[in-house]
Amino acid sequence: MLKVDIAKKLGEFRLKAAFTSEGRVTGLFGASGAGKTSLINIIAGLLKPDRGVVTLDGETLDDTAAGAHIPPHRRRIGYVFQDARLFPHLNVRQNLDYGRRMNGLVEDTAQHKRVVDLLDIGALLDRRPGKLSGGERQRVAFGRALLSKPRLLLLDEPLGALDEGRKLEILPYLVRLRDEAGIPMVYVSHDAAELRQLATQIVMLKGGHITAFGGVKVLTTPP
Amino acid sequence: MFDISPTEWTAILLSLRVATVATLIATPIGIAVAWLLARRDFWGKALVDALIYLPLVLPPVVTGYLLLLTFGKRGFVGAWLYDHLGIVFAFRWTGAALACGVMSFPLLVRPIRLSIEAVDRKLEQAASTLGAAPWRVFLTVTLPLALPGVLAGMVLGFAKAIGEFGATITFVSNIPGETQTISSAIYSLISTPDGDTAALRLVVVSIFIATAALIASELFARRATQRLHGN
Repeated sequence: MLKVDIAKKLGEFRLKAAFTSEGRVTGLFGASGAGKTSLINIIAGLLKPDRGVVTLDGETLDDTAAGAHIPPHRRRIGYVFQDARLFPHLNVRQNLDYGRRMNGLVEDTAQHKRVVDLLDIGALLDRRPGKLSGGERQRVAFGRALLSKPRLLLLDEPLGALDEGRKLEILPYLVRLRDEAGIPMVYVSHDAAELRQLATQIVMLKGGHITAFGGVKVLTTPP
Repeated sequence: MFDISPTEWTAILLSLRVATVATLIATPIGIAVAWLLARRDFWGKALVDALIYLPLVLPPVVTGYLLLLTFGKRGFVGAWLYDHLGIVFAFRWTGAALACGVMSFPLLVRPIRLSIEAVDRKLEQAASTLGAAPWRVFLTVTLPLALPGVLAGMVLGFAKAIGEFGATITFVSNIPGETQTISSAIYSLISTPDGDTAALRLVVVSIFIATAALIASELFARRATQRLHGN
């Protein structure tokens, strides 16, 4: 269970958000500039809140009053970025293995195979990221985040950089990910249709504030 | 013409030794300094930046004299090193290596700094979300991606160290077999009657080493672009 209650000032922009997510996929919905990315960067630990608390499964990740801030590498929170961010000097196999190595986890060939099959990236393992298409890169990025065995997976408009055709290519994988991987997710998007397919719970952000919270049906009410 | 005499060989080998030692010791320091300048903001950063480039703009004889004042046997650092660790720089080949290291430092640091700055910080963020502590992010992402720049810096620093003259001769003089490098050997030869042919031989050797270094540096730079584009 993820609990967020934070405030952050970024230049002239003020972000103030409080929500508790228990669903499998929490959709963070809002136009660009609503503060979605800042909010999940705070959850990931890449950004420190000015005030507030972030807890995951009862563990405090941020508590400004107590001066607590767990750095990103000790949060065990996976992050799939809009721009994939695969390591260009490593091939796909090494990219996938990176999180396991950094967390000192034992090799889990069954899990590796499951993820590779789920995302259909078996044929790409020996390639460098520079030789992949946008959709392939994003699938590898999903796999890399999953194989670090995170407690929570953050996805920041993972389909945002892809054209319609590519989106339709990836969406089924995401649905499978949601149903089979068993990891809670926070899914950021400005696309209501995408969230209707994936999310089980919606947090609607506008101008740095939460304007609606609830089931997928809140997407139909005008923000 | 190409019958290199034992004295000339001594100078060539000494130059190679001095430049190699200077480069190998300066590289880790250079990487640390380059990383600090590229990735951290701290009080006095502009001053550190200026200090590093100082040997590039100061007359080499000034740098050499400052080294003599500091690291000479009576210099405040030199005296301490001699009393406590038994290390002597003055009029030894180690002093030549120190002078070369200081003189080549700006050339070594610059490409490393630029290549670290060119590494996308978003990749470093991605690595940290995958569980990599900052030092591991540096070792597994930043440094490998900046490696061609590190090699280019080493090559440039090495080439500069091989050719260093002013600071070296001021600091450690021109003693055959101890501190006489290619440059100071050429300097001695051209002020000696009938030294021209020998001087020319060493000139050719210098040109050869410098050209090889520049070609190597260019190759590393090309690999850098390839690496960053993930091919």
